[in-house]
Amino acid sequence: MTVIDVDGLRVELAGDRSPIVDEISFTVQAGELVGIVGESGSGKTTIATALSGHFRRGARHAAGSVAVDGTDMGAISSKARQDLRGRVIAYMPQDPTAALNPALRIRRQLEEALTAHRIGSNRAERRGRIREVLREVALPDTDDFLSRYPHQLSGGQQQRVCIAMAFICQPKVIVLDEPTTGLDVTTQAQVLETVKTLCERHSTAAIYVSHDLAVVSNLADRVLVLYAGRMAEFGRRAAVFNSPAHPYTRMLLSAIPDPKERKSTHVRTGRTPAPGEVIDACPFSSRCEFATERCTLSDPPMVEVGVEHAIRCHEHETVAAVPMEAAVSAPRAPDDRADALLSVKDLTASYGTNPVLAGVSLDLFSHECLAVVGESGSGKTTLAKSIAGLMPAYDGTVSYRGRELARGARSRSTEERRSLQYIFQSPYRSLNPRKTVGQAIRAPLSHFFGTSEAEASNQVAAALERVALPSEFARRFPDELSGGERQRVAIARALVTEPDVLICDEVTSALDVSVQASIVELLEDLREQEGLALLFVTHNLALVRSIADRVTVLDRGTLIETGAATEILDRPSEDYTRRLLAHTPTVKSGDATGTILGDSGPDGGRNGRHSS
Amino acid sequence: MTAVADTAAGPSRRRAPTGLRSLADAWKHLQTKVGVIITLLIVLVAVAGPYLAPYAHTEFVDLPFGKPSGDAWFGTDNLGRDVLTRVLYGGRTVVVMSFLSVVVGMVLGIAFGLVAGYSRTWLDDVLMGTTDIVLAFPHLLLTLLFVAMAGPHKWLIVLLVAVGHAPRIARLTRGLTLDASRLEYVEAAEAMALPRWRILASEILPNLSTPLMVEFGVRLAISVGMLAALSFLGAGLQPPEADWGLMINENRSALNVQPWAVVIPMATISLFALGAYLISEGFARAFAGVDRQGIRT
Repeated sequence: MTVIDVDGLRVELAGDRSPIVDEISFTVQAGELVGIVGESGSGKTTIATALSGHFRRGARHAAGSVAVDGTDMGAISSKARQDLRGRVIAYMPQDPTAALNPALRIRRQLEEALTAHRIGSNRAERRGRIREVLREVALPDTDDFLSRYPHQLSGGQQQRVCIAMAFICQPKVIVLDEPTTGLDVTTQAQVLETVKTLCERHSTAAIYVSHDLAVVSNLADRVLVLYAGRMAEFGRRAAVFNSPAHPYTRMLLSAIPDPKERKSTHVRTGRTPAPGEVIDACPFSSRCEFATERCTLSDPPMVEVGVEHAIRCHEHETVAAVPMEAAVSAPRAPDDRADALLSVKDLTASYGTNPVLAGVSLDLFSHECLAVVGESGSGKTTLAKSIAGLMPAYDGTVSYRGRELARGARSRSTEERRSLQYIFQSPYRSLNPRKTVGQAIRAPLSHFFGTSEAEASNQVAAALERVALPSEFARRFPDELSGGERQRVAIARALVTEPDVLICDEVTSALDVSVQASIVELLEDLREQEGLALLFVTHNLALVRSIADRVTVLDRGTLIETGAATEILDRPSEDYTRRLLAHTPTVKSGDATGTILGDSGPDGGRNGRHSS
Repeated sequence: MTAVADTAAGPSRRRAPTGLRSLADAWKHLQTKVGVIITLLIVLVAVAGPYLAPYAHTEFVDLPFGKPSGDAWFGTDNLGRDVLTRVLYGGRTVVVMSFLSVVVGMVLGIAFGLVAGYSRTWLDDVLMGTTDIVLAFPHLLLTLLFVAMAGPHKWLIVLLVAVGHAPRIARLTRGLTLDASRLEYVEAAEAMALPRWRILASEILPNLSTPLMVEFGVRLAISVGMLAALSFLGAGLQPPEADWGLMINENRSALNVQPWAVVIPMATISLFALGAYLISEGFARAFAGVDRQGIRT
């Protein structure tokens, strides 16, 4: 039975009527899970919210129809739509901490949906339904739990409460908008397993919106790949992942790091049309290795390339003839190790009475990349910040070239500060919005070297070139740049001081996969050409194989194992590492339903934020 | 290296620097335009008024509380002086003094707030404790007390009104600084060990400009009311000077006989405060990222 029928959907900007998404057509059957994949700005969330008849302000429904369970969402009154929301189509938002009202107990939040739709004739009946749905999402159904406030739950539990809220009225359709973005791999795997089981049990149709191809490949029955607001490829999971037919899908798949093999990812130059930009060409043509003149003249139509497998590409026959090569590069031979460049001994730190790091020791040698891996709360950022002098309250020693470093950056010598450079997680917050790129890069130059204005602008241009950005960028403000460009600027700002060590704190976690691949490639090149040592802090084990020589695994502030990257990823000796590896989503293309959950049980509250 | 360029870029339209942009964003709102027009009008009356006045401000024109006539368009006041002339003369002090007191108050408050919010040490407690003590006294009473002791000097009044503004501005600035100094670009400057004053002046302060501009407008409106109240209570300008607040006090006894002598200065004071408020409202909307149609962007 078709539960969702989207036909020729077009959503435009209200002002200049340019399309945000266009020509979107697909259907979803009861019990089926369809994944919608795309990078930021590709229109995924616009489609997800359009399913419940909602268009964000400034956007309007211009053409096409969305039918949910036989009802045309555009043809009914807003009151009728409101009645359908929650009861027939439920929406599960991205961030559970923002979706739950911090002032209401869990019981009230769950009960609200029931009373709004007048489900359950009396309080006892509603409470019964609440307990039932809590058991379904593997949460305790005790009064104690129901009386808690959202902040008393762990991130995984909060997300489960959101799942319970979505399923409580037994909807026909559930729309999941990147529901696991903020969660650890282990928690993510368990949450996804719960969603999948519930959808199967109640034959609920699900739309799963994500930028993470690996997660979708584990979960979805069919996959819709979006690019610049248009469908690039749509087909069964096996078809899309085994024989991706659209050049964009192929590029995405090759950009995903894999913990099992070392990939040398290479992402092509080009520019993605912005949402609402009017184009008369194939939107992917500027980045496509197969692009011909035809591609720059007209937008291709959707063509069938197999059973239930359609793509939008002029050159699909040429593309199909070229096999997708797995670019596997050999791991680097370890360098001759002399003395450690940077050496950490017995580092212990705490927030108040809460221990964050317990006796961590590690060495970083010149020219090498050491990855520090752990889940959130493992203390990896605290470790990185302590080394950089941004977190002076620690015990133990950090020494650079054999000399112990002072704890705070201000007490260290200029030379020491210059040699250790830190790159922050979020390029959206690490650049001052009121300073141009040029000013941001000039600040360390004048501070460390006293470089004159005129000389500095040459060096800024050179620094931008090193990170593959045009020199005109010096005059731009950060909000005129994309996330990846901003991160390049942050890297350029660190590079102008000619450092020996770059501390990279989750530098790719705020970026899309193809951008992540290009940043990793840039860091790799810099390390090879300039002999930098990298301390690469990440939660993403899959990335480690692509970049690191050695790996250190942190769990709740203790270092549990250190070794060569290949060694640890292939033969982890600790349970914790094995579990992390098992839960790291990788692209699975087989027909068998991927099991996402490893060997551990449901969310055991590893995030440990319970308070009562 | 050469093959890679970022791929997620949107079209990069050149836009004005952020500081100018918030001015431009604020200007889009009707409130700002109306506010600027009203404020300019009042400032024009205050500044150019004495040159346009038909009489001298202490000249007797008619009997006290004379009705409007061809000689005195809005009648005369309690001593028979021309109301229009007194209004045209009486704006300069309130406009200049309110503006000066807000500027002084902003400088004091921002300095306290930046240092307190950024230091996060005992200095924060000391500075904020001081502002709390000042806040604990009723502003108007404190000002009256000092004026009564030292006499109604203009500089003293400006300073006292400014000191009344400073604690609230300091509180606001401290809160904004606390948030801003946790951002990673401030940490990046910390890691370089840039001098603290440079971090405050070039990394933090520029990012607080929009909310502080909102505060400037609100404070200006409050200053105008405060100065008018001081004049009305006799602690501001002294007779025979012309001043809007003073005029209300001098002429209120004959409100039912010659209302113009009270209504006109009241209207000018209210309009000036309203203009300042509307401008700050425009900034507040621009700051919250609301566009002309009231849509959040």
